[in-house]
Amino acid sequence: MLEIDNLSHVYGGGTPNEHHAIDGLNLSVAEGELLCIVGPSGCGKSTLLRSIAGLITPTGGQVKVEGNLVRQTPDNLAVVFQDYSRSLFPWMSVADNVALPLRRKNMDKSRRREAAQEALESVGLEAAGRKYPFQLSGGMQQRVAIARALAYRPTLMLMDEPFGSVDAQTREDLEDLVLKVRGHHQMTIVLITHDIDESVYVGDRVVVLSKAPAHVVGDLKVDLPGPRDQITTREHPDFVHLRAEVGRLVRGHATV
Amino acid sequence: MRGRGMRTAVFRLLVLVGLVAIWEAGTWAADNPFFPRPSTIVVRMHELWFSGPPTALFLTEGAVADILPSLGRMALGFAGGALGGVVLGLAVGLSARVYDYLDGVLQFLRAIPPPALVTVFLVLFGFGLRMQLAFIMFSIVWPVLLNTADGARSVEPLHLQTCQAFRLSRAERLFRVILPSALPKMFAGLRLALSLSLIVMVFSELLPGTTNGIGFQLTFAYQSFDLPAMWAGIVLLGVLGYLLNELFLVVERRVLAWHHAAQRLVG
Repeated sequence: MLEIDNLSHVYGGGTPNEHHAIDGLNLSVAEGELLCIVGPSGCGKSTLLRSIAGLITPTGGQVKVEGNLVRQTPDNLAVVFQDYSRSLFPWMSVADNVALPLRRKNMDKSRRREAAQEALESVGLEAAGRKYPFQLSGGMQQRVAIARALAYRPTLMLMDEPFGSVDAQTREDLEDLVLKVRGHHQMTIVLITHDIDESVYVGDRVVVLSKAPAHVVGDLKVDLPGPRDQITTREHPDFVHLRAEVGRLVRGHATV
Repeated sequence: MRGRGMRTAVFRLLVLVGLVAIWEAGTWAADNPFFPRPSTIVVRMHELWFSGPPTALFLTEGAVADILPSLGRMALGFAGGALGGVVLGLAVGLSARVYDYLDGVLQFLRAIPPPALVTVFLVLFGFGLRMQLAFIMFSIVWPVLLNTADGARSVEPLHLQTCQAFRLSRAERLFRVILPSALPKMFAGLRLALSLSLIVMVFSELLPGTTNGIGFQLTFAYQSFDLPAMWAGIVLLGVLGYLLNELFLVVERRVLAWHHAAQRLVG
């Protein structure tokens, strides 16, 4: 599904502010996998995500999605950004926000509206279509952003610290929402986070990045009994063990 | 909230009444024919424009001859200048390089007081309607253009990345994202342009070659020593400017409802 080969990215190359964000990163993600990428703050996680999405052109190496080299945003890929308040369009109703990307899909207006409504239902916002983003709470706005990605029916969904700006309770709800929609839609998800617990709770697999310039320092399979539950999963010995291991990997490379 | 709104409205009215009363007393004391009393001016306004038959909405023939041509000139000039400003502003604002290259020139053109160019327009268009319209359009195009370009330049970067991530076409990006993003600043420019268009409209009617309009009525009243009629024209312009601005605000509140609501939330 996703192949990342020797990826490197340098910002401001040749200037005094030269910054190596990623260096020689290799990663492959299988179809249907839910991969969490975790790493210390400022380690180049977002640069990695933007390279996969084709939003920036990496200075070295290559990214392939479904076997095709990424030069611009691949079809069948959708992104959920961290900053929902600046990613949703405030002048459009919630339903219009969700339906906007569907114009690319040769769907007529009524089918776009249906698909948007369906996506809003799957995130529990079936009644919010006519509202505007500013009328919703932060967690609900991020649900809208997730619905926008889902409506597009991507085969690969990228999530860039999607729960970084919401409170703890909302965060748990949204984590479970991702697990739920993932069961309904056949898709591969790459979720970037700096939260160690979250990566173990949500992921099938956790990849740990070093501090910048980022490369892979750990790759763990998460084999927890499902379905996952905010209380029982988090007290399961395997969960406790895994989060300790991920924590050591993250910390080991954050303090060097 | 509501009670406070009412109180403000009452105080506003009291201030207005108070000022008119002082004006009335001042003119009564001065007894100078050049400064007729407000009551005389209102009576003259009524005679001139608002004592027509009910079938004509109480407008007199004089009103049709004075007010309509002025409003027509202003509307056409404003529409043309605003459209030109929005289109050119978007074109300039879409490219950072074009914006940087042209910014100085545009600021220079905007800084020139339009009346200083009136002879240029007379040479190009001669006396009459064409010259007046071109003059109004040229005067108001700059604030609209500069504000629109500024608005188009200040689109939220994450909105543009979202466009890219969801593969929106160029047209979708322009009409559904960049244009709405530019609207708040565009409206600030349009509001400036509206008050400016009233000013240059009157100015253009003071020029020779005009036979109707409020500006013409002002000159005519002055030359025939009908000073209450001259003052009636001045008051009428003030009232028109006020009403047009209020109308504009109603439209703006509707179009930018999302913007104001989001702003209130942030504040």
